[in-house]
Formats: sequence, C-alpha cells, structure tokens
Amino acid sequence: MASLTVNGKAYTIDVEPDTPLLWVLRDNLGLTGTKYGCGIGQCGSCTVHIDGVATRSCSVPVGSIEGQKIVTIEGLAKGDVLHKVQKAWIEHDVPQCGYCQSGMIMAVAALLKDKPQPTDAEINSEITNICRCGTFQQVRQAIHAAAKA
Amino acid sequence: MPGLSRRAFLVTSAAVSGGLSVGFPLAFAAGRERAAETAAGVEIDAWVVVRPDETVVVRIARSEMGQGTLTGLAQLVAEELECDWSKVTTEYPTPGQNVARDRVWGNFSTGGSRGIRESHLYVRQGGAAAREMLVRAAAEGWKAPVTECRVSKGVITHQPTGRKTTYGKVAAAAAKLQPPKEVALKDPKDWTIAGQGLKRLDTAPKVTGKQIYGIDLALPGMLVAAIRDCPVIGGKIKSFDATKIAGMPGVKRVVPVDDSGVAVIADTFWHAKTAIDALPVVWDEGPGATVSSASIATLLAEGLTAQEAYVGNKAGDAAAAIAGAAKTVEAVYSYPYQSHATMEPMNATALYTPDKCEVWAPTQNGEAALATAAEAAELPVSKCDVYKMLLGGGFGRRGRSDYVRQVVLIAKQMPGTPIKLIWTREQDMTHDAYHPISQCKLTGGLDAEGRLVALKMRLSGQSILASLAPQSLQNGMDPVVFQGLNAGGAESAFGYEIPNLLIDHAMRNTHITAGFWRGVNTNHNAIYVECFIDELAHASGQDPLEFRRKMLKPRHLEVLNAVAERAGYGKAPPGRHHGLAQIMGFGSYVAACSEVSVGPDGKVTIHKIVAATNPGYAVNPAQIERQVAGSFVYGLSAMLYGQCTVKDGAIEQTNFDTYTVLHMDEMPEVEALILPTGGFWGGVGEPTIAVAAPSVLNAVFQATGKRIRAIPLAQHDLKSA
Ligand code: FES
Ligand code: FES
Repeated sequence: MASLTVNGKAYTIDVEPDTPLLWVLRDNLGLTGTKYGCGIGQCGSCTVHIDGVATRSCSVPVGSIEGQKIVTIEGLAKGDVLHKVQKAWIEHDVPQCGYCQSGMIMAVAALLKDKPQPTDAEINSEITNICRCGTFQQVRQAIHAAAKA
Repeated sequence: MPGLSRRAFLVTSAAVSGGLSVGFPLAFAAGRERAAETAAGVEIDAWVVVRPDETVVVRIARSEMGQGTLTGLAQLVAEELECDWSKVTTEYPTPGQNVARDRVWGNFSTGGSRGIRESHLYVRQGGAAAREMLVRAAAEGWKAPVTECRVSKGVITHQPTGRKTTYGKVAAAAAKLQPPKEVALKDPKDWTIAGQGLKRLDTAPKVTGKQIYGIDLALPGMLVAAIRDCPVIGGKIKSFDATKIAGMPGVKRVVPVDDSGVAVIADTFWHAKTAIDALPVVWDEGPGATVSSASIATLLAEGLTAQEAYVGNKAGDAAAAIAGAAKTVEAVYSYPYQSHATMEPMNATALYTPDKCEVWAPTQNGEAALATAAEAAELPVSKCDVYKMLLGGGFGRRGRSDYVRQVVLIAKQMPGTPIKLIWTREQDMTHDAYHPISQCKLTGGLDAEGRLVALKMRLSGQSILASLAPQSLQNGMDPVVFQGLNAGGAESAFGYEIPNLLIDHAMRNTHITAGFWRGVNTNHNAIYVECFIDELAHASGQDPLEFRRKMLKPRHLEVLNAVAERAGYGKAPPGRHHGLAQIMGFGSYVAACSEVSVGPDGKVTIHKIVAATNPGYAVNPAQIERQVAGSFVYGLSAMLYGQCTVKDGAIEQTNFDTYTVLHMDEMPEVEALILPTGGFWGGVGEPTIAVAAPSVLNAVFQATGKRIRAIPLAQHDLKSA
C-alpha cells in the first residue's frame, strides 16, 4: 500500500513499496505523460516534481515518498492555462517526436523556479535530459523565452 | 490482397525498406465507391475529407516520428486544395484500408527521407482533384460555369454575382462527382502554404502529456508483457523455469516467443519486468557466441586487401595512375556499430482472436507491420490490421517489425486478451538493427602540381540489405553501401571529378543485425571521403577549401561555397578552427563548416556549425532547420561517443550509462542554410547529418594536427603533447 498526492489528488494504491514511482504513475494511475526512457536515472524522460524538486521518477521507490506532493506533466498547467514553459514550447515549436518533452518541460519548470533568469551555463549544468531527436537548440531558445515571460 | 500476391507484397515492403524506389500505379480516386458521408465528414478523394464545420482532414500515409512529415505533407495537400490552413487536421488511414483500396495511398514506408520527396506529386494531385470537385459542385449548384468560380481558403465565390459558399456546404455534392482525369499543379513559386515555415500541427498534446504513444496505449482488459530474447543474435532458448516466478506479484503467464525468447505476461509492466528479470533461462547461444569486436575487426581488415570486391564507381585506371603519381597518400578509417536508441523503446500491442488480429504499433512501415502481423497470426491480411501510433523516435529502427511479430506471437497464446509488449531499454539496445560497422582503406595519387589524379577507396564491412532484405541484393552486391559515392544519379552521387577512380566494397557480414540508422551509409562514407580529402589537401600543401573547389561538381560546390562564406571560413576567432565537409545523400546536396576548439586537456568544444542543404524544394524551412540541428545531435553523439561493441557474441552496451549521447551542454550553435534551387526533390530528414562528423574531425585536425580515423573520438587522447 502506498499513499500519495499526485496533481493535488490523494491516492491509496495497492502496490509493493519498492515499485518505482514512474510505474505507479503510468500503470496504476494511468498518468502516461511521464515517460520511460532508461529506468536508471540517465535520461530524464520520467522527470516529475516531488515537493517542487525535479526528480527522475524511475529511481524513486513509491514507498519512500509518503506524504510528499507530486506534480506530473498532466498537473503542470493551472486548469486550461498552460505553464509558461509549455507556452514557450508551443511558441518555439520545440517538440519533434515529443517523447522526451514531458521530462524536459518538468526539468525546465523546476529550473526556472530556482533560477528565474538562467544563464546558458546554468542551463547546461541543470538540464541534463536526453533528447534523441536533438531539440536542444530550440529548448535553449524556449527556456530563455519562458524566462522573459 | 487485390492485385498483389502476398509474397510480392512482402518482397515489395522489404525492397522499399531497403531504400530502393518502387513504382506504384496511383489513382487518387481508387476505391472511392466506398466513400460515404459520416459524422466524421465527407471523403472527397482519398486524401481529403471535409467536415460540415469546415474542418479539412488530410489523410497522411507516412509515419510521423518527429521529423515533421505529417505537417509537410498536409501543407502540400492544403496548398493545392486552397483550404484554410487553420482548419486543417490530419488522420492516418490504416495499412489494412490501403490494401483493401488497391493501395490508393501508395507507399506507407517512412524511411530514406522519402516521405515528402516520393509522395509530393500524388498528394498534391489529391489536393488539386478535391479542389476541382468542390468547386465544380458549387458551380453546378449555381448552374454557373466552373470558370466563373474562384476559391480561397475554402470559400468559393461566383465572381459575376458575388455569391459565396464553402467547402463544408458543398462537400456532400462534390463527393458524388467523378474525379478529374488530370489536374494541373501550381508552380512552387506561387505556393502560400507549402514552402512556408509553418508550425507543426502536432505540438499541443506533446507539451501537456496528453499525447498517446504506443507505449501509453491502454485497452480494456489489457495485460502487459516484458520479453527476454537470447543476448546472442541467432541463439535459442534451451529451457526456462517458469515455476521460479509463478508466485510473483501480477504474473499471469510465461510464454515462449519463437525459439529465441520468452515473455512474462502480467498485470503491469513493472510486474512483468521484475518477473522476467528473475526468470532462470538457459540459452543455446549458437555460433555467434565466439564473435567479438576484435574478431570482427580482423574480418574487416582482411576485406581491405581482398581480391574480390563489388565495384560501385570506376573511372580510368586508378591503380596505374597511383603507381605513376608524384605523391601517394594512404589511410585506413573505421566506423563502429551504433544503436538507434529511440527515446521510446520498442513496443506494440496486439489483440488476437482466431479470426482477427489487430495491432497497435509505432511503426515506420505500416504495411510491413501488417504483413508481419498476418504471418505471425497465421491469418489472411484481410483479417488483420495495424493502427499506427505516434512514434517516440524512429531513425530507421521502426522500419523493422520484429517487435510486431513478437507481440502477435505472445497475444496468440492468450486469445481475446489485448497484450502490450514493452521492451526494456536493455532489450532494446541489445536487440537493435545497428548502424553497420565498416573499415575503409583510401589511397590517393597526386601529380607534381598537387592535383588529385587518382583515388582508390576500398570499403570493407557489413551490408544492411544482407541483414534485412537479402532479396534486394543485386547479384550479391548491396548498392546502398555506395551512398554518396555513386558515379551519378539523382540519389547520392560522388561529388568529385577525379580522372582515375575506383570505389569498391568487400562485403563482410557478421551475425549482428545491421539496419538503417538515420543517414545510413552516408555517415561513414562522408567521414572516409571528406577526412581523406582533407588529408590529401594537407599532404599537398593546399587549403582544404581550394583543394575541393578544383574538383567539385557544380551543385556540390554551391553548398560548400555557401557554408564557407557564411561561416567566414579561414577566419575563425583566435583559438578556434574551421573544418569542412560536403556530400550528396537522399537526393539532396549538403555541406558544413564547423568551428571547433580543443583545450590543452584534449577537450573538444564544437562552437558552431553552419550547414547548407539544397533539397530542391523546401516544403517547410522551419522544420528543415530543426531536422538539420536535431540530426547533428544524433550524428555527433555517434562520432563523439557512440560504439556498440561485441563480447562473446552479444552487444555490451545496454543503456545510456554505457552508450553515451550528446547532451545540452555540448550542443553547438547550428545555423542551417536552406538553399533550394528547384528542379529536383531531395530529402531533408537525413542528408545533412553526414557532414557534421567529418567537418568537426577536420577542424579537430586543424586544431591539433591529429587525424582521427577511428570513430568514436572519445577513445582518442587529444591532450597537447
Ligand atoms: S526513465 Fe527515468 S531517467 Fe530515464
Ligand atoms: S523530441 Fe524526440 S526525443 Fe526529444
């Protein structure tokens, strides 16, 4: 059994406590916006916010986060109002296949909370998500645009 | 299957995935007696559906995998249709519908950068025919001559009277008309939708998490499978002990998959994966188990001097000219296996019953997936269908249907239950169809004036066609290995005029599956040719740009000159160095100038790459720019870090911790020059990738004096002495 709060809703789920949060989100809660890319904390596709901190959910056992607040890509917008990062992503036509972008957007949203005007160097050290389509150039432009928004 | 035997269908699909062009009889109205007015709208012709609310649905046969083909193809249809772009949406017909309708949508296969260049004509005709029918329907309604009617943005005006109607209103009447026999297409100069850097049509759900990829699919009652396939390709399962995992949470069944794999079916992926990891399996690894990277290197090295080789391009007498040259230069290069590592691992879902098999698959080749599903289900094609899901990356990997076969074989063992098969990243990386491995020995002969009078280029390595489509070999030869090296032609011609030339290929295959990997054989061919040309320039004391200019054919030279000028070639800021490369691939001419610095510690920084692409026509320049920059991440990841090595017959790299890729911090600024000259249609998803690696390597030489001939760069020490 695990109790957790995801996107403002409380859930009690019947799973083994060592199940990675990623698979609880995807398989048990049907929140498939959070993606599986590597399962070992390397790619960032599975990034969510846990108590506001960008975290790779494939590497977090669900039993270790009792009571913490989880926000996934599905919970980033406020109702119909997209988060400024999502808006910048649309404005700059960032996604190609889009598979990595949930994690990318969640990582960037957390970065902008900590560092509202990140430098290129800060972007480089903080945004370590893998994108095999290679959208990094658009990602960088869109981060700067979101920072100004 | 009407008009096409099953066998022929399979062969055709394979030939197409082999990058060979196959002609199809096309009739955009074929089978339109099946058209019907439904809530989903009225089908005007196979490509265009109009809804009462004026929404225009453009049918897309090719697969969208991030490359933007969906948006580009829709632009081409919309251009001729004269509809309102803001009301355009898209849908995929299924491969089964295509077969049932005499392949009215042509080829579904999406690879070789062919999505737009090989279907632009018939999709534009489809748009133009629908426009004519819609306008004619309006004219008939007004009892006015068609010539008095004009259309703009889906609004039809009878000019003499000013009466107006819309596509949505006349759609039902238009659908009943005979389609025109011939249609005139616009001159691309007059395009207003095509040719523009429009935003993609498919972005919004990708930023909210709402986009459903194959891996996200949920069907009522669905179970999830995880698979373990023999780590050595060609090996088999000897035995597995299902009792050891029978009590594990969520496990429903443990089933064999062909003779080489075993799958666990469970209620969730995590349960299936946990159980398959714990399953004791005994393998019979087969003869591949003795193969290693070292043994493959030896095999390829032997090919470099072997007597027999397939000749791809020949002029004059290279051997004699080299023997008589004032100066000769020789070098051996190599390129390793690379994994596709699409961000979304392979997956597919199947629902099998004894008289029907449905598959949901992210696939680059819907029809091949359908043929594979039918074969695995042992059902006629007419009782199967494939629903294409958005791909979380393709890059060539998803043209192969191995995972489709597996999911059908698994689902067959639980009839009536939908099964979603998801490969772990580890399964994915160790069961890829890898970028082929090769070595290349080059010999150049220079005369006393420093002119290149002869070039011999011996490729030795693996053939993709031999792995994936052996029936497409031509008398044993794989013509695709000569991408960028051909004597001429519209696809991938060699750029240099050299009086004495011999380019040949000693095919050396291994048990490792070779596959189409974005850029395919141009990735290594561009390195071999463009780095060696650089070596020859330096050996003869000439500037690499001037040296190339003397030999390049005009179209090749145009793009090279463009990047040299734009980048300020030869005038790099202090501490930085320029490198050049050019090639022709996938019907397009491309070149790059890279600006690189190398620190005293050997750290390579790629500051900027100016890249030029001449694809003939540019349907969406903004998306082409993204393809160029994105493909550089893929190509440079391979050149800097990528290699899949073989130990005891198995691929050693299993995940992104051992298969390193380029991240944000190493992304160079990419300036893409889109220089369409018209007159031909080239691809854009792949051609430019090939010039990133050699231009960087040539700049590294400028910076260090060290010539990197074995990829990846990371294995070389570039520290200052
Ligand atoms: S899936 Fe979690 S970091 Fe890759
Ligand atoms: S957009 Fe495809 S992996 Fe990032």
